[in-house]
Parts: sequence; structure tokens; C-alpha cells
Amino acid sequence: MEKTLRKDPAGKIGAAISACLIAALYIFLILLDNVLPANSFTLMLIPVLKKGAIYSLICVSMNLLNGFTGLFSLGQAGFLLVGAYAYSIFAIPADQHAAVYQYFDGGAIGFSIPEALSRLLGENAGNFVGAIICIIIAGLVAAAFAALIGVPVLRLKSDYLAIATLGFAEIIRAIFQWNGLGPVTNGSNMLRKYTNFSAIQIGNIKLATAFPFFISMICIGLIVLLIHSSYGRAFKAVRDDEVAAEAMGISLFKHKMLSFVISSFFAGVGGALLAMYQTTIQANAFKSAMTYEILLIVVIGGIGSISGSCIASFLYIACNEWWLRFLDSGSFFGISVPFFRDGFRKVVFSVLIMVIVLFFSRGIMGDKELSFAGMIRKHRNKTAEGGDGQ
Amino acid sequence: MSEKTPVLHVENITMQFGGVMAVNNLSLDVPEGEIIALIGPNGAGKTTAFNCITGVYEPTNGLVEFCGLPMVRNFPRGKMKKLYQGQHADKYAHDPAIRPTPDKITELGIARTFQNIRLWKSMTVFDNVLTAKHMRADQNVFSATFRTNAREEKRMRAETEALLAEQDLLQYRDELAVSLPYGLQRRLEIARALATEPKLLLLDEPAAGMNPQETADLAAFIQQIREKYGLTVFLIEHHMDLVMQISDYIYVIDFGSEIARGVPQEIQNDRRVIDAYLGVSEE
Repeated sequence: MEKTLRKDPAGKIGAAISACLIAALYIFLILLDNVLPANSFTLMLIPVLKKGAIYSLICVSMNLLNGFTGLFSLGQAGFLLVGAYAYSIFAIPADQHAAVYQYFDGGAIGFSIPEALSRLLGENAGNFVGAIICIIIAGLVAAAFAALIGVPVLRLKSDYLAIATLGFAEIIRAIFQWNGLGPVTNGSNMLRKYTNFSAIQIGNIKLATAFPFFISMICIGLIVLLIHSSYGRAFKAVRDDEVAAEAMGISLFKHKMLSFVISSFFAGVGGALLAMYQTTIQANAFKSAMTYEILLIVVIGGIGSISGSCIASFLYIACNEWWLRFLDSGSFFGISVPFFRDGFRKVVFSVLIMVIVLFFSRGIMGDKELSFAGMIRKHRNKTAEGGDGQ
Repeated sequence: MSEKTPVLHVENITMQFGGVMAVNNLSLDVPEGEIIALIGPNGAGKTTAFNCITGVYEPTNGLVEFCGLPMVRNFPRGKMKKLYQGQHADKYAHDPAIRPTPDKITELGIARTFQNIRLWKSMTVFDNVLTAKHMRADQNVFSATFRTNAREEKRMRAETEALLAEQDLLQYRDELAVSLPYGLQRRLEIARALATEPKLLLLDEPAAGMNPQETADLAAFIQQIREKYGLTVFLIEHHMDLVMQISDYIYVIDFGSEIARGVPQEIQNDRRVIDAYLGVSEE
């Protein structure tokens, strides 16, 4: 059985198609940044692509926890915030500190990792490597926070876990706005001037849009590898039946903690990318509404489906930021429509979401994954069945 | 009974929920290589005794030794100190309490099945058994993610395949575990327990809901796996046919306390056992 599966060409063809599509995507993204003219279409498309890629990572990280380990946690915004701050604090150039930390005498940290590396490696390489190092630091700091919070919180189950994590996210937000930490976090003022996507380039090729895709894709790839490993199966066992999992020697605390910490690591990375995208960040923006937004995308995409989360992220961001914008503009194809005013987009959006939840109650993908190999096999089986019928 | 150290030694186990004595001062031995049964009418405390041994519950008082090593040890503490009505309250209090979680006990080499089957619903038959191998695999989360444990993974898959083939479950390999017929789900649960490489197998009513033919198959199956894996089996059962046929020694409990022990013939003719099962006449 195993051998026949391995010889099945559908897997190879599927992998080849995926590789080609990914290559085409990157070529398109690089063209978009460098060659294609900036018109109203690309001006809308680029932010949607960037934000969609970042949200994909954030939603997949939440799906790892909620969908694959069955831990209903609502602390995602807190870990995004930690990641965003950890990134920006280490990426503000030294000469900008006085301006950014104007109320805190230039802050406590007097260096920037991208800047320090720029001196060693040259500006472009320095920014690129420095940004990646800062992103990894952001993930590690978020993971460390998760490890601390996880000890008390992961003893709770279902709704209680959700409430506790929600509470911790709010506490993190409050702490980061505290003036006592001002020299590091700049209190309730915003952090800005740190290395963002527009600084990422190799030679003369700008990578502002390709970079978030690159980081997200690597991280999602790691999550997929984890889910398909022995540990991923143990996570699913914990989700399906805790008592049975424990009786089969799977330590509940250890595996819940692992899932929580890993999910938070990637949420931290997502937060760092979000900070790069937004160019300024403020702790006040990471409210629980943000967690609900992410949860909504996960539910729309299908709890327990990685590809579902990614598809739903792009659809949600595109609808929210682009396709449904006309509803706010006051006119439709030049005709003035009185009820198309600010906020009407949100009304239509709520209705759309209700329709999705009512008619696709398991989300777009359920718990299935989108795979070309699977499609080829399905198509082949269909044609084979047709052939047998005649 | 043999003079060797028993695989499982249970001493004065008492489980008290508030004022209810679910298990009262139960002591028993499970010698190596034998099939020992724990029987009793409904609500006698059999499953509670099992849960005390496997770490699901913390017994209020008592000691459980596995291969001579103390595995669970507890004494009435906190509010149970006042409420406790059982015997030997001070017997274990001078030693530190040992209260492992179920996964630690499984790691020591005790595997169990459940009265109401608890398979992992979203997984296939193959994955159910493969996941039970997770605990014994030599890996960590990094080696598993980056596939540097490929050899280990391959070994786990090969062993799972072999185990399924032995249990005649290989043809259902890629089916969802919950879609199997009832008898096969029981068998899969036993296969999953075997995948944790136990020395002692605890079966909680393995024949519940089975017809006589399936029960007879199960009896043969239990004896077969005992010989094949050198297992010791400790089971709770209601089907007297099965118990009398396969057990080497039987303990009978009612209302949490032991009322009889002996080889099957003795139990069959024991007045107290018959009374417990059929009720005592008024005269």
C-alpha cells in the first residue's frame, strides 16, 4: 500500500504545479514592485496582497492552536502586539531615537539591528538580514510571553481558557502602554521610523511585496511540517479526546504548552510583519476586536484547514479593504446612492459573514486541504469510473 | 499464587467522593503473565478502582506498586482528612505522596482501554495506532518538524503496519476509526493500547455490547495477545462466560469492598458472590 502510494505520479505532478505557481507568484510580485506602473488598480492590489499574506500567517498560527490542538484561545492580539513591539524596538535607527522617544529622553536602547548590520554588510543586505533577525526576535519574545502565560492558563478548559487568554491579552496591552516602561515601549505613544517593507531590496530590485510573502510562506511551511509530524498527530489526539490521549502516554500539559508557544511564536512573527506593513504601531490598536477578526477568518476558512485559513485571509482582506469600499463612497457607477455612506460596508460585510456561517457552517474548506495532487487523483478516479461505466 | 513480585500490587486503595465510598480498602495482586479479573455488580466501584490505578483519579488513601516500585501513594489530606471514613488513614502518611498523571503511568508500562470506546474520531485506523507510538519515539519537536527523525518515523510506521496486520485490521487501514463496526473498534482500541508497548494491559469491560460469537472471539484474542507479547492482563468484566473461561484468578467487589477472591470454580460456588449478583432472599 505504502509503495503504491509512493509511486503514484499525482504527488509529483502536484508538487511540480505548486512549485511553478509559487515561482510565477514571486515573479509577478517582483514585477509588481519594480516594473508595473502605479495606477489605481495596483495601488489597491499591493496593500491587499501584503496584508493578506500577513493575515494568512496570523490565521494559520491561530488555527494551529484552535483548530489542531482544540485550545480555544483568544489571546492572539496580545502576542501580535508583543511581536510588533519587539520588532520595532530593535529596528529603529539610532539617530531617530531622539525623535521617536521624545518624551523619554531618547529611550533606553541606543542601537538598531538592521543599522548595525548595514555597517557590516552594506545597506541593502544589512536591512534584509537585520529585518529577519528582528522578526525572529519578535517571535521568540512572543513565545517567551506565551510560556509564562501558559503555565497558569493551560490548566483551564474551553470557555475558561478563552476568557483567561483574552484577559491576558488585555493585560499585555495595558502593560505596554504603561509609562514606567516608556524608555523601551514609548508608553502610549506610537513607535515609528523603524525598518519597513520599502527598505527591503536586493540590489535595485525592490521586494516590498515579495518579502511578507516570503516570510509567511516559510512560516506556514514550518507549521504544515509540524502538523504532519508525530507531534501534529499528538496535537490532534489531544483535540479529539484528551482522556484517551493522556491514557496513551501523550502528556497533556507538555503538548498544550508546545502548541501554545509555537502558535505564539508565529503570531509574534505575524505581529512583526504587521508592524512593518503599518510603518507605525501603537499598543492601543491591538484590541480584542483584532482577535475576533482573526477568529472570524479562521472560522470562514474552516477550523482545521491551513489552506482554508489562507484563502479566507485574502478574501477577507480584499473585501474589507478593496472590493466593498464602493459601499462607503456615496455613489455607485456615478449614481449617487444616499445609503452608501461611511460604515455601510460593515453592514453588508456582516450580512455576508452571516450567510457564510449559515450556509457553509464548516467554513470554505471544512477540515480539508487544497492540494493539486488530490485534485489530479480525484479527476483521474472520475474519468476511470466513467470508463468503467461504459 | 506465585512468590514473585507481582506486576501490579494494590494495597488498601480507598476512593472517597465526599461522603461516598466508591472503593473501600481494596487490596489485590496481579502476578506476571496471568489474566486477573475484577468483577462485581453495577456500581460496585470496578471502574473507579481502574481509574485509581491509571492516574485518572487520585485515590484518597492507599498504595499502588508496579513491578515493586511505588507508582501511586496517597493519604487523606486537606478536607478529606476530616471526612475520611476508611481504614489505615495514617499508614501512608509518613511517606511523600506520589500522584502521577495518566501519561506517566502509561510510560511506566500500563496501557488501558475504556468502557465506552474512546478512539480519536477524526483519525484513520492507521493514525490511531501510529499516534499511540508517539510517546516511545526518540524525537523532539524540532527533529519531528525538520524530519531529521525520518528513520524513527519510518520505524513507527512499519511497526504500526505490522501491528495492524497481526490484529487483522490492515484492510481498514485508511478508514476513519469511528466508521468501523463495534467489535472491530474494541479490537482497534486494544491494538492502540498495545502500541504503547505495555507490560500490563488493563481492559475495562472489553466484551460490553458484544454478542456471544464476538465474545468467544475476544476470549481467544486476549489469550493470544497475552502469549504473543508476554503481557499480564487485568480486566473488568460483566460477561461471566468470558471471565470464567479466561481468568486465572478473580476478585469480586460489591459496594466498593472486596467480598470474595479465588480461582473461577471457587467464585462460581461462592454464596456471597451469588447473593451480590442475584440479591439475598428475605428469609
